[in-house]
Order: sequence, then structure tokens, then C-alpha cells
Amino acid sequence: MQTQDAIIPGSAPEPKLNYLTNGSTLRSWLLTKDHKRIAIMYLITVSLFFMMGGMYAAAIRLELLTPASDLLQSGTYNKVFTQHGILMIFFFLIPSIPAILGNFLIPLMIGAKDLALPRVNLLSLYIYWIGGALTLWALMQGGVDTGWTFYAPYSTTFSNTYVMAVGLGIFINGFSSILTGLNFIVTIHTMRAPGMTWFRLPLFVWAHYATSLVMILGTPVVAITILLLALERVAHIGIFDPTVGGDPILFQHLFWFYSHPAVYIMILPGMGVISELISSFSRKKIFGYEFIAFSSIAIAVFGFLVWGHHMFVSGQSIYAGLVFSFLTMVVAVPSAIKVFNWTATLYKGSISYDTPMLYALGFLGLFLIGGLTGLFLGSVGLTVHLTDTYFIVAHFHYVMVGGQVIAYLGGIHYWWPKITGRMYSEFWGKISAMLVFVGFNLTFFPQFILGYQGMPRRYASYPEEFQVLNIFSTAGASVLGVGLIMPVIYLTHSLIFGKKAGDNPWILPGLEWRTSSPPPTENFEVMPVVTWEAYDFSDENGLDIDEIKRQQAELATA
Amino acid sequence: MQNTSWVPLFPDQASTFAWQVDALYFYLIAISVFFTVGIVAAVFFFAIKYRAKEKYETPDEIHGSMVLETVWSIIPFIISMTIFLGGAIIYFQQYTSPPEGMEIYVVGKQWMWKIQHETGQREINELHIPVGTKIKLTMTTEDVIHDFFVPAFRTKADVVPGRYTYMWFEATEVGKFHLFCAEYCGLNHSGMGGWVYVMSKDDFEQWLSGNTAGQTPVEAGKDLFQNKLGCASCHAGGPQQRGAKLEGLFNSDVKLVGGQTVKADEQYIRNSILNPASQVVEGFQPIMPTFKGQVTEEQLNALVAYIKSLSPGAAGSSPGGAAPGAPAMTNTNAAAANKPAPAKPAAKPAANSNK
Ligand code: HEC
Ligand SMILES: [Cu+2]
Ligand SMILES: [Cu+2]
Repeated sequence: MQTQDAIIPGSAPEPKLNYLTNGSTLRSWLLTKDHKRIAIMYLITVSLFFMMGGMYAAAIRLELLTPASDLLQSGTYNKVFTQHGILMIFFFLIPSIPAILGNFLIPLMIGAKDLALPRVNLLSLYIYWIGGALTLWALMQGGVDTGWTFYAPYSTTFSNTYVMAVGLGIFINGFSSILTGLNFIVTIHTMRAPGMTWFRLPLFVWAHYATSLVMILGTPVVAITILLLALERVAHIGIFDPTVGGDPILFQHLFWFYSHPAVYIMILPGMGVISELISSFSRKKIFGYEFIAFSSIAIAVFGFLVWGHHMFVSGQSIYAGLVFSFLTMVVAVPSAIKVFNWTATLYKGSISYDTPMLYALGFLGLFLIGGLTGLFLGSVGLTVHLTDTYFIVAHFHYVMVGGQVIAYLGGIHYWWPKITGRMYSEFWGKISAMLVFVGFNLTFFPQFILGYQGMPRRYASYPEEFQVLNIFSTAGASVLGVGLIMPVIYLTHSLIFGKKAGDNPWILPGLEWRTSSPPPTENFEVMPVVTWEAYDFSDENGLDIDEIKRQQAELATA
Repeated sequence: MQNTSWVPLFPDQASTFAWQVDALYFYLIAISVFFTVGIVAAVFFFAIKYRAKEKYETPDEIHGSMVLETVWSIIPFIISMTIFLGGAIIYFQQYTSPPEGMEIYVVGKQWMWKIQHETGQREINELHIPVGTKIKLTMTTEDVIHDFFVPAFRTKADVVPGRYTYMWFEATEVGKFHLFCAEYCGLNHSGMGGWVYVMSKDDFEQWLSGNTAGQTPVEAGKDLFQNKLGCASCHAGGPQQRGAKLEGLFNSDVKLVGGQTVKADEQYIRNSILNPASQVVEGFQPIMPTFKGQVTEEQLNALVAYIKSLSPGAAGSSPGGAAPGAPAMTNTNAAAANKPAPAKPAAKPAANSNK
């Protein structure tokens, strides 16, 4: 800790406590109200779920190496892809950026001591744990085979797997999302430091605001849907099951009313991260700040109007299909605006290629493909052919992995020095970023072609002519796997052996970089007063650049 | 499976939709390539041209540009509207059944496709059809949702329990094409498929005559109606008729108790048999018993086919409606009328009731 003047009275030579050293008992962690510690606990659990989901993914890709269902019997395979989806979506993607990076950074970015409701924050972590534990228990007992979409009447009447237990796990976990979203909204409204106006907020915060809106408005609907599904399963009251007078299409409406907006929970935070990265590593104010900010809100709002595009072939009326297709095309525009603004931010910047920036540039390419193939699927006549094939699988992996996961990894690297006070190995960082990019494309690009050829999704066995492309895909998945395992190793390694990072290793104006690394429990020694715009690299940003450079240089030579 | 398409890695083009869907696909690929190349080139160009000469130097500020924002909001919007329109036009054709065509009943069941031709032939996991003929499928399932998908035809539709869904296509190539179930339906989902055999019209006729036809759906329905299920005891006509008149019912407007008027399509007839109490015809007592659980999906199809056959000329635009111009058929002459005649498939509907 280089800030020699900030020593806690009475412990003269000791460095001052940061949030990590302030209490080392298990109790001090489990009962903490510090958003940063809660974020760390999320980081650990979410990573575990990610690894489990990844193992299922590996099993899927291995099974699909050959046309026959030989490695896994189709019953097992059905459980494997279902559980891959459930873990990745509900327990990894949805909490990933908001609950880890959002939790850690929103208070720091707006100059607050903590979230507005610290106890609720801890509660949402416990709810996540309980929901996760229940789901894991159900998977150990025998798992579930309905697909993550739980379509009725298969889920209500036919599947004799652990639908109820897994459903309950997801139901419980939903409250964690709702509480986190609520907490963020209240915090962003009430806890901003003096001078931190709405239009001085980093876009990361805007993105989380939009995400939180979706979380609190959408999640209750999926909770109700799961509840109804459970009722139908035990009591056969005739909601979804046609043999007792229910309507299976109703289930799809309810399910997608949440789950389409939920895909924005899985991409908006990533867009927020990318805005930070692109601006920081081109050292330029983001191009079109207001447009990016409002496009997030527009996406969140329009996202609630397009659920029917998941049901174009379900038998809904063709007029409904046309309306949903039209709205889907409209919602594509705000995403396009973001991509153009990010690209324009690079113009006349001072661009450096640190690992986080490699992820950000990778994101631009992958998200672009993900978004453009979304247009294929929004175009009804085409999607009648494409839906339920591997084209869909490729598309949503481009958006959710190529988008959110890449952004998440970029963000983890970017804020790692702030979170841990240590620098990771830039060399290994770059290698892994490139492996992830190459491996990802090799895995999922062939699936677009497979999809157009007509290979349906969720197939344990497939006709022989599809094998070559599947081999490519599996090969790519192994590269991707290596690329994803490497950060686990070198990031962990850096915790002990990494160089000290210093308070502001990238020399940036954001508030989170104006406190020590790792930050103290109360975030800032003195309440900051904000007099500068977001991403202000000019002289008015109140930073003593020369002093910071000197300090960082000192660290480098130390 | 032979590959008739001109682009490798590309599915067969074997229906009238195929070239349209493919054209839209290539239009979208062109747009995607244009934007991807444009953005990626810009990113590379900027990333190299403006790479940091010295670490942490601060370039000049640029705030943004209203003109640019407007341009790059409007252009994507216009492009997306062209895509929407293209898709909408194709979709409209895919999901609007033509007035006439050969009707085939499809029943999905974990994990097989049961198919019945209007001439009575049954197949499982195989569908034989003549080339150049409009084929209309009336589909339902005995259990969960399935999806009838023929990639070479570029169309699919979900098959939903408790209701009918429809799809149609006209094959343009003779050959053997994959039939898949595209909606996850449990254990053996990936095994629930087979082949569509598109045959020349002559070959198809041979196939028809070489396959012993059982009862046609209409005959089977009549048998159920008059003998096995006893519908005729209430619906037979004459002075003691207690049930509603079924002749001329199909595609007519029915007034229900409560004042509502509904159109008597297949779904309505199906529902009248399974849940008679939910839609009681005006002027009648709700005395008709439910037949839910007593009839299989295939028997239901047969009953519906039979009741439809009592309404000649009522085809209209309803998907899967009976062929226009089919001569009158009443309870008394229906039996004789429905002997499958070895006629040309295209002329089938007329031949079907030509007595
Ligand atoms: C006990 C007498 C009875 C029997 C048996 C019966 N029905 Fe009915 N059915 C009625 C009556 C009465 C109505 C009119 C009231 C209503 O809609 O429920 C009716 C209505 C219908 C309708 C709707 C007619 C319309 O004008 O909308 C159809 C279709 C129908 N029945 C078919 C059948 C079939 C098929 C069977 C045999 C499987 C059958 N019914 C057996 C008494 C009967
Ligand atoms: Cu959607
Ligand atoms: Cu299936």
C-alpha cells in the first residue's frame, strides 16, 4: 500500500486495512454486509457453477463427435443438455456480471459507501446459495430432462425426473435476482455522491439500471410460471395440460414473457462492461454517451414486447407472428447503435492492447455476428426453417458467450487489480484471450451451417452427413476449454505471486480508480465530490496524472 | 440423400418455398457480410492507426455527432424493415393453406409419426407424396408437443396436443428427404424422424395401388359414427333427432348458447366431441356426453373427416378444408361414395366422392 499517509491511528507501521484484510474469520465473511465481500463470495460460487456447466458442455460436445448416441445414451444426453442450460443460464449468466462486478463496482463508481440495502444484498446471496444447493441436490438425485425451457405438457405430465426440485431451485433463485435488481435501483437513485448526476454515471451503471428494471419486472413472471407448472404437476388442475383442459401454448407465452427479457439480463451488463473497456483503453470519452445510455433503457423496455418470436411455429396466429417479427426488428436498432458508437469511440483514440481490450475488441466481432444472426431469426419466413435447429444454438451462444461471457472475462481482468490489488500476467492473459476467441468461433460458427442444413437441436444422434461440422465444433470446444481454464490458473496464481497493482494501474479517471486497491471497507477515505463528466480524460478530471504515473512507476521498480 | 443444390454445405431445395427462403437467406448473408466487414475493418484500421504511441497519453476529446447517430439509427431501421417484409411475405405463404390440395393426417406420438392418406393408406415415419402437388397436413399429437420438419422443404410446424395445426408444401424435386421432429419431446426425440419420399405422379399412383388401403378416414369415421360410438342415435336425422344437425356444419357459423357465434372448423368439431358442454349449440340441451378418453387421436381425425364430408363445397379458405365441388354426400350415400378410387392424386378429392 503506497498511501503512507492513510494509516489507521494506533497501528503506526501496519498498512491500513482493506476490505479483504478487515476481518479474517469465516464469520466475518458469512455475516458481512460489505458489497465487496459479497461480490467475492458470488465470484467463487458463480465460478463453480460455470465449471459444472462447462463440464456438461464438454460431455455434449464429446457425445456429438459421432452420429450415434454412443458415449451417452439419449436419456442421459437429454439430462446433460438440460442441466447445462439450467446451470449456465440461471446460476452463471444471470448473476455473473450483475452480482459480481455490479455488486463490487456500482457503489465505487457512484461514490457510495455500500449498496443502499446491505442486508438485503447478503440475503440475496444466501437465496442464491439455497436455490443453487437445492438444484445441485436435485441433479445429484437424478436430474431433470425437460430442457431448460420446461415446455408443457412434457414437463407437467410426461417427464418423470426431478422437475419439481429443480423448478423450486430456480424459483428460489429468482428472488435473488429480484432483490439484487431492487437494491441496484434504490442505490443508483439514492446513493450517488455529490456532483454525480445521472449523466455523469459511467455507462456500466446505466446498463445495470436497465438490467435491474428487467430483473424486477420479469423475474416474478417466471416465478409464477414455475409455480403454476408445479401445481399442474401435482394437482392436474388444467392450466397447461390439454388432457385436463389446459393450454400448453399458454405456458410458452408465460415462459418467454420472462425469458426473452432475461436474455437482456444476460447481455446488457456485458454491454456496460464493454463501454468501460473501449473508452478506457482508447483513453477517450465514449462516443454518443446519451445514445448508449438510452439504448440500454430502450432495449429493456422493447425487450418485453417481443416474446412471441420464440413461438413463430407453435401454432400462434400468423398475425401475432407478423407483429412479433416487426417488433423484433425494431429492437435490433438500439443494439446496432451501440456497436456503431463503440467503433466510433476508437476513432482518434490512443489505443492500447492490454488483455481487457483484447476481450473488448473480440466482443465487438462476436456480438456483431450474434446480433446479425438475430435478424435472420427475427425474419419470420426464414425462421420457420431455422428455429429449433443448430442455427438457434449458434446464435444464442454468440450473444451469450461471445457477448456476456467475453465481456465478463474482460471485466474480470480489467478490475482484477482493483478487486485483489494484484496484477495478473499480461502475457498469459493475452494468450488466453486469443484462445478463447479462436476456440469460440471454431465451436459455434460451424453450427450456423449445420442449422441451415437442418440439424435439429437437442439431438443425441444425428444423420451422418452432419458429422464433419460437428467434429469441427468439438475441436473448437476443446480450444475454448483450454482458453477458459487458463485464467483460473494465472488469476489464482496472481493472488499470491502477482505484482502489486497500485491504486490506478491503467491511469483512469473513473471513481473506482480513485481509491486504494483493494479498497477499504468504507470504499473512500473521504466522500468524493464529483466535478467531472464520465470518461473525462481532460485536465479537468481532477487527477494528478504525473503523480499517479510516478507512483505506478515506483511500484514497477519496487 | 442426393444433393441437388448448387451450394455445398447446403440442404436440398425441394419445395416451392425453398428458393424463396434461400433468397432471403442470401440477402441476409450479404447484409451481414457488409456490416461485419465494415465494422471489423474499421476496428482494425482504428486500432492500428490510433494505437498508443506513448502509454497513457491523452488524445483530443470528441463528444459525438448527432448527424452520425441519426444516420446509423435510420439506416439499420430501414434495412431491418426490408428483412421484416421479406420474411413476412414468405411466412404468409408458408402458413396459409391453399384451398385445394391433397389432405394427409399426421399424428405425432412419442416417438413416431403416424400418417394417414385420404385414400386410407397408413405409414409410420415415412411420407410418400407426389411431386408438383399441394400437400396439406392436418396434424395433432397423442402426447407432448412435437414438430414436423422437412429441411428440404424449408418449413416446419409444431404439433400440439389438444388441437390441430396445419402445414402445407408442394414438392418440386423427386427424391428422399429427411423428416425430423424439431421440438424436444423426451427420451427418443432424436430418433423421431424418417423420410419423405417425393415420387413422380405415376410412381405415386403405383405406390398407392401397391399399398392395401384400409378404410379411408371418412369411412372409418362413418363406421365410428354409426356403429361403434353411437353418435347416430342422436345425430341420425329424422323426427327423433336430439342432436344438432351435422350436415352442412363444416365451415358454417354456429350460434352458441350465450349468444356467441363461432366458425365450425376442424378445431370446433374436435372440441364438440371432446368437450361438448363447453360449446352448446343454441336451441339444444347439453345432453351430449363427452367422448374424451374414449377416442384416439386417429379416431378423432376420422370423425372430423367424416363430419367434414357431410358438408360438400364448404372448403373455403379453411386450412385443410374439403375440396370444393365435391358432390353432396349424405348419411345414406356416404358409404358407397368413399371407396378409394385409383384415380390420379391431383384429381383425388373429386374422385373420392364420385357416386
Ligand atoms: C346423447 C345424444 C348425443 C350423442 C350420443 C352425441 N351427440 Fe353430438 N350433440 C348432441 C347435442 C344435443 C348437440 C347440441 C348441443 C351441443 O352443442 O352440445 C350435439 C352437438 C354436436 C356437434 C356440434 C354441432 C353443431 O351444430 O355445432 C358435433 C360436431 C357433434 N355433436 C358430434 C358428435 C359425435 C361425433 C358424436 C359421437 C362420437 C356425438 N356427437 C354423439 C347430442 C349427442
Ligand atoms: Cu427472444
Ligand atoms: Cu421430438
